[in-house]
Amino acid sequence: MRKISTSEITFKVKELCIRAACELGSDVAFALKEMRGKEESPLGKEILDQIIENAQIALKEDAPMCQDTGIAVFFVEVGRDAAIDGSLDDAINEGVRQGYNEGYLRKSVCHPLTRKNTSDNTPAIIHTKIVDGDKVKITIAPKGAGSENMSRLAMLKPSQGLQGIKDFVINTVKEAGGNPCPPIIVGIGIGGNFEKSAILAKETLLRNVGSANPDKDLNALEKDLLDKINNLGIGPMGFGGRTTALAVHIKTAPCHIASLPVAVNIQCHAARHKEMII
Amino acid sequence: MTMPIKITPPLTDADAAKLKAGDKVLITGVLYTARDAAHKRLFELIEKGEKLPFDVKGQLIYYVGPTPPKPGQVIGSAGPTTSGRMDAYTPRLLELGLKGTIGKGQRSAEVVEAMRKHKAVYLAAVGGAAALIAKTIKKAEIVAYEDLGPEAIRRLEVVDFPAIVVNDIYGNDLCKMGVEKYKRDG
Repeated sequence: MRKISTSEITFKVKELCIRAACELGSDVAFALKEMRGKEESPLGKEILDQIIENAQIALKEDAPMCQDTGIAVFFVEVGRDAAIDGSLDDAINEGVRQGYNEGYLRKSVCHPLTRKNTSDNTPAIIHTKIVDGDKVKITIAPKGAGSENMSRLAMLKPSQGLQGIKDFVINTVKEAGGNPCPPIIVGIGIGGNFEKSAILAKETLLRNVGSANPDKDLNALEKDLLDKINNLGIGPMGFGGRTTALAVHIKTAPCHIASLPVAVNIQCHAARHKEMII
Repeated sequence: MTMPIKITPPLTDADAAKLKAGDKVLITGVLYTARDAAHKRLFELIEKGEKLPFDVKGQLIYYVGPTPPKPGQVIGSAGPTTSGRMDAYTPRLLELGLKGTIGKGQRSAEVVEAMRKHKAVYLAAVGGAAALIAKTIKKAEIVAYEDLGPEAIRRLEVVDFPAIVVNDIYGNDLCKMGVEKYKRDG
């Protein structure tokens, strides 16, 4: 067994929180520039220029690219030969507490009914998986509510099939319009059950923008949906244009013979995720 | 592209009448911030017939919950939040003379109608351009509800704050116009 201290996890999580808020991934930055070149709407071009410039300022000045520094979502892979000397969840939450305070990030977590702010952005949402090895891999994906609020889940009938899935995705993006800060990335989870489809949709947002889906059929479906979404004309910020989505990502899992769950998790252009291996 | 129109609140009916959906504006002067929790409190005061913490007449409300300022900063990152969440509260504020709101995303049919009736406009700032927008904010002070943290009502002094007219007093809607222009079949 390899010993891993909770204090190291806390320290690393603190760093991840701050870096994720200020450093846009190079994949998204590249995709934004590429789409800027293809955008037809003059206003759309100007908006994309502002988004690109904003990301550069954020990086240079260590400033959060978006004021909504999100609810902190973690995907953690714990090697079965890693021995953590305490509570993993507590260590992560302490890292969030420190990161959001010391990084001057916004505390956006509140009680669902009283709406009282917890004031330290905890609790984080933590998905943990046991894997082979003796390492701990921590991925943070802070998620703002503008795009999260536009996400939808449907329990389709198997008879609705592929067409039903496509219609649901397109309608979800159409209804979202300018609210989730397009250009967006569309994460789609197909199959599993109610909660599994949602987690798949969120996980698939972690994939690099511009990367191909290893499954040939899913890759073709992603391209088809991306074309259809960009033909909606929603455009940057919803004011019309070619650039509605930068990418569509799909993940699937087997499901019940009576079910066809589909989850659409919409991600804004501030697609933040960072990972670290201890 | 046309040149931006410079505006300074408080706005009159005549000022609002000059703005058309699709126009770019640069705002210099005072903006008040309020989002979900502050709107709820403002609404409760209105229902009770009590005085609001600031006079909304002619003013613009910016829907924003900024990040905390670092030492030496006026404000942290400060981009717009989704306006639709404030739709339930907006018509009453427009009735009291509020001349405009600034956020992102589309507004409900009720709000669009109320804007036409009360000669008010809805402007958008670029969502997610929070570090860039913050540079136009020169002063920020809390006016009310400090306990709400990022949701407190702040009085901002801005210079050349960039925004786009989404809904004008004539019922035009940039979101609808834009999608109509750029959508394709297939």
